[in-house]
Amino acid sequence: MKELRLMKGNEAIAEGAIRCGCDGYFGYPITPQSEILEHLMAEKPYEKTGMVVLQAESEVASINMVYGGGAVGKKVMTTSSSPGVSLMQEGLSYIAGAEIPALCVNVVRGGPGLGTIQPSQADYFQTVKGGGHGDYRLITLAPASVQEMYDFVELGFDLAFKYRNPVMILSDGIIGQVMEKVEVGDYKPRWTDEYIAETFPWAATGKPKKRDHNIVTSLQLESAKQEKVNLRLQAKYKECEANEVRYETIQCEDADYILVAYGSSARICQKVLQLAREEGIKVGLIRPITLWPFPKQIIHDIGIKAKGILSVEMNAGQMIEDVMLAVECKVPVKHYGRFGGIVPTPSEILQALKNF
Amino acid sequence: MTREEIIKPENLVYKKTSVLTDNVMHYCPGCGHGLTHRLIAEVIDEMGIQDKTIGVAPVGCAVLAYNYFDVDCIEAAHGRAPALGTAIKRLYPEHFVFTYQGDGDLAAIGTAETIHACNRGENFTMIFVNNGIYGMTGGQMAPTTLKDMKTSTSPYGRDLQTMGNPLKITELIAQLPGALYVTRQAVYTPALARKCKKAIRQAFENQKLKQGISFIEIVSNCNSGWKLSPIQANEWLEQNMLPFYPLGDLKNNK
Repeated sequence: MKELRLMKGNEAIAEGAIRCGCDGYFGYPITPQSEILEHLMAEKPYEKTGMVVLQAESEVASINMVYGGGAVGKKVMTTSSSPGVSLMQEGLSYIAGAEIPALCVNVVRGGPGLGTIQPSQADYFQTVKGGGHGDYRLITLAPASVQEMYDFVELGFDLAFKYRNPVMILSDGIIGQVMEKVEVGDYKPRWTDEYIAETFPWAATGKPKKRDHNIVTSLQLESAKQEKVNLRLQAKYKECEANEVRYETIQCEDADYILVAYGSSARICQKVLQLAREEGIKVGLIRPITLWPFPKQIIHDIGIKAKGILSVEMNAGQMIEDVMLAVECKVPVKHYGRFGGIVPTPSEILQALKNF
Repeated sequence: MTREEIIKPENLVYKKTSVLTDNVMHYCPGCGHGLTHRLIAEVIDEMGIQDKTIGVAPVGCAVLAYNYFDVDCIEAAHGRAPALGTAIKRLYPEHFVFTYQGDGDLAAIGTAETIHACNRGENFTMIFVNNGIYGMTGGQMAPTTLKDMKTSTSPYGRDLQTMGNPLKITELIAQLPGALYVTRQAVYTPALARKCKKAIRQAFENQKLKQGISFIEIVSNCNSGWKLSPIQANEWLEQNMLPFYPLGDLKNNK
């Protein structure tokens, strides 16, 4: 019998963490995602599964707690919203450099600066193009429903440990705050210390006599060694690009125009498809589920057959650059977006499509 | 007497602990880091906890400490070692966790992480080596640099009016309810090194109690940064550092 719950996207993140066997959550309150920490504290997961929950002194501390927890082979995560995630960029760079599995959630709000507490997708560049220093990539999942908020916690940990790489769930204030039906799974037990020591030979779990000491570091003082690290990372990223691209296509088969949108924007675009088709305009939607690795092949294959592509984002036009690269500028690509926390309506987007 | 007659177990009075690797240390001759490392390694060895110890290295002169301790180690970002220590100890509460930091790392960029880890009463051991200068980057002013002390960024001496005051962070930490044991030690004489080792031993033993943080400041030297010979540096330490940073326990609630 499947358990159905009505919950907020933020609560779904917390519930997904407890039930997938997460070992530790370290976070700092910030709107619009504080329900994650609140839900975790209220649920007392340390009594249910032994999961550690700690309110840290800052986002800087949170991400470094995650660095420490990941380095000892535990499933650990943090969550925040845009200004807080900016503070975490240093830590994410270290985590990527030291090849530590870790999960981070950004429930994006409008910026720059303190910006607004309303929903936004303005952190696309920060997430998929770097954010922190050095050549690294974050595997980025973009949920478009509360169910995906729940599911992507476990998926995020799976990917983080498969690639020893930080994973970002790039959500937004709508998906974080909206309430929807969620099918939740059973409580999975956390990994035992013995399992971790056996399964993750790189983890700093305490040195037994039989092996050398493990060193988890992102430092290589010799350039030749650092270049080797960079080459290894790049090879790993290539593997991610080959294996982990996820997307959804809706009504693209006969479409003259293609919308490309992720997260909340993709939900709004589904309504646009309906309105457009009622007026006889054949429109399809490609929804990237992974923003990195970006679904460039499918956007290329579908996109080049279209008369035009509209990249719909709650920002000033960020993902559009990746869409244009995907279709190699062979098809006109335009952007429609609102920002500052304004959510575009389906009719606005339809009008933008008509203006193509 | 032949060599064979000398090399007998009963004649062995000292040997290098196996918890230190054979890697050649990069520290300057006369620097207190090497000796401090040895004392920590000896304590881990004597307690028989090598397989249950996780160390966190800083950014600064001791950034490569993980090459010398033969225990599992993690290299933290600048100032963040106490955040890592917090998570590691909470996720492995029966392990022994220590952080190792210098003054710039612990008392400037990492002040927030230091204060809050101590205030929460995290059950790990913090080692704080204070030599009043940024050694690795070439001798710049540190939060603990003394009044009138010359460094490369206070070339005419630390002017308190414009550069602020040297920070007694250990006194601050002693005020916090989460701190179980707070002490200030030194290693520049054999007697002080032996005393310091006892303090390190207590700081590690305290982890079994789970009653809060054990914090050890070690007032040390930086002959390269201070531009003194090793002997002169130790004399300078005694004459200038110790009056401002007096040795002894600040708190021992055990």
